[in-house]
Amino acid sequence: MATDTLTSSEYIKHHLQNLTLGQRDDGTWGFAHSSQEAADMGFWAVNVDSLAVSLVLGALLMWFFRRVAKKVEVGIPSGAQNFAEWIIDFINDSVNSSFSGKNPLVAPLAFTIFLWVFLMNLMDLLPIDLVPELAKLVGVHAFGMDPHAVFFKVVPTTDINVTLGMALGVFVLILYYSVKMKGVGGFVGELTLQPFGKWAIPVNFLLEGVSLLAKPISLALRLFGNMYAGEMIFILIAMMYSAGVVLAPLGIVLQLGWAIFHILIITLQAFIFMTLTVVYLDMAHQQHH
Amino acid sequence: MNLNATIFGQMIAFAIFVAFCMKYVWPPITAALDERTKKIADGLAAAERGRHEQELAEKRAQQVIHEAKDQANEIISQAQHRGNELVDESKDTARIEGERILNSAQAEIEQEANKAKDELRTQVASIALAGAEKILGREIDKKSHTALLEELVSRI
Repeated sequence: MATDTLTSSEYIKHHLQNLTLGQRDDGTWGFAHSSQEAADMGFWAVNVDSLAVSLVLGALLMWFFRRVAKKVEVGIPSGAQNFAEWIIDFINDSVNSSFSGKNPLVAPLAFTIFLWVFLMNLMDLLPIDLVPELAKLVGVHAFGMDPHAVFFKVVPTTDINVTLGMALGVFVLILYYSVKMKGVGGFVGELTLQPFGKWAIPVNFLLEGVSLLAKPISLALRLFGNMYAGEMIFILIAMMYSAGVVLAPLGIVLQLGWAIFHILIITLQAFIFMTLTVVYLDMAHQQHH
Repeated sequence: MNLNATIFGQMIAFAIFVAFCMKYVWPPITAALDERTKKIADGLAAAERGRHEQELAEKRAQQVIHEAKDQANEIISQAQHRGNELVDESKDTARIEGERILNSAQAEIEQEANKAKDELRTQVASIALAGAEKILGREIDKKSHTALLEELVSRI
């Protein structure tokens, strides 16, 4: 029983550990062999799996739409262009309904966020052991790594670094456009003179500062939390397959149900990330009075 | 679950993808969409204009037909009028000519009759004179009886 629990917990831990590249304690560079080692690498380490998957997906996304854009047809569209136009219309509608200003950046930004996050989330629907096992095969045979040290998290959005990276990108844009539209004085005024007027500047600054910082943090944590929890449930369901004749069929049913439900969640989370980004940028563009 | 430099990697990738999308993906496709929208709008406007022009042309054609009909009617009535006039005129001319011919014929007849009467009268006078000569057996003094004879002749 004790070994069983250990195996389960190892299984879960293995699935939740990124493939981290960084400087080990002994001064050499390489992949971390355990989560403890990964944690000890400190800030200057890179989760290779998250970055690789997100880069590949982003590149695929851009490649596909660039291909459509290159031979775009003004007349009757066909095939891929129909699909691309459908998505672009959808993004345009969403952006126009929540962004009041004029900024050529916002629509492409929303487009990239929505589709990229969607694709990254979509990795959640791959069979949970498929990519890690493949990575283990490649890692062991091509690089001679220890099979237990080949970690591979295939869903980049279950890595808080990825979601926080995107949220910080959005945050930079929020700051940039706030300053650009309102000037430094206007932006500082917005942070300190509301909501209680100039006699309560510290209180105002505290409130506005928190609400400003809450934007990227909530963006990052919402997406991360949803995807991490979803992944966790997939892992737990996957463990049921090896838990006996009764639980295994139940696991199949649960897996199917959760996967179908998850299609909704991944789309919704991508959409929420996009919409909130657009709304935050809209707020950054608007003059407060 | 460690925060690490992946954040920067993701931020840089994010920036690059957004920039790429903004420069190479979004503008061509939205430009095509806008152009198609404009094309459709133009097409609809052109169709509307065409329909309007057709209506106008139909109206104008109707008007032209009306005018032509009016003109034709006018020409026909003028022609009828002129025809009637011509008939009347020729009737008048014919009547006048007939009358003239009739008159001249009558005059000629009268003239001939008078001539015949005159001739008859002279012949009767000479016959009567010859008869009387024979009856009386002597020559009547022409000179003394001429006046008497003239009177006789005129009485016949």
